[in-house]
Amino acid sequence: MATLASRLLVVEDDPYDVELFRLALESYPFGSQLDIVGDGEQALVYLLGQDKEPPPRSLPRMVLLDLKLPKMDGLQVLEAIRKHPRTRHLTVVVMTSSEEEADLQACYALGVNSYVVKPLDFRQFQETAQQVGQYWMQLNHPAQ
Amino acid sequence: MVSIDPTRILLVEDDPNDVELVQMAFDGHSFVNPLDVVTDGAQALEYLHGERDEPSAQPLPRLVLLDLKLPKVSGIEVLRTIRNHPLTRHLVVVVMTSSAESRDLDICYQLGVNSYIVKPLDFQQFLEVSRQVGFYWMMLNQVPLFERK
Repeated sequence: MATLASRLLVVEDDPYDVELFRLALESYPFGSQLDIVGDGEQALVYLLGQDKEPPPRSLPRMVLLDLKLPKMDGLQVLEAIRKHPRTRHLTVVVMTSSEEEADLQACYALGVNSYVVKPLDFRQFQETAQQVGQYWMQLNHPAQ
Repeated sequence: MVSIDPTRILLVEDDPNDVELVQMAFDGHSFVNPLDVVTDGAQALEYLHGERDEPSAQPLPRLVLLDLKLPKVSGIEVLRTIRNHPLTRHLVVVVMTSSAESRDLDICYQLGVNSYIVKPLDFQQFLEVSRQVGFYWMMLNQVPLFERK
């Protein structure tokens, strides 16, 4: 699994949250590069390609995945990622506003690496996003 | 169904120096209230699954910190057994090991580890990394209240 060390894929449809992710992670001392897609279908095209066309880019180091997404929701995206040999061991962290037990159960059953609830306060949101970025981009050794 | 205790960590580590460092790193932080330590793989499985046919009475920990090189039952085998057991299939398991070998990394991810951390050799760095690992999994990461069979 070839990954680029400093690139993240953010799957997020809310432009306000996208902006907060940018502020938190692009300005970060480690300078992560963010690629952003706004729905579940685009996420799978980015990771797996489409109509026998190969994906446009090598895999990112991790995926930050929202659950409520247009076209295809986050759970379906996670399921497809875990089913495909190319992405089976890709780091996927769900970041969502949902604290529902059913969503937590479903994400862990599908093999998510981690589940983080978005704080409502925008400063806390940025701080959390930075801590998530730091953990997965710096401390964790991803699958190769 | 078995409940998960959101304040509990199980540390599976046979090196007393590393146990002490992790304890030091967590000391004074509110995120952990018992740090339970077992020193070999057999004890880890007993802790999680109970003895023979006697199911474990205690709730599951929120986090298992697992070394790979362990007496009796290796960390890889512990991870495999955790993932094959209906009670612990979705438990959060973070491997903390001195091995950065791609073979170990591959096997752990194939078995569904949540995260893989290489222990720094320098003890100050080890403390800092342990603290960050504890903070991340106990403060930021959310787990279900129950593990379903």
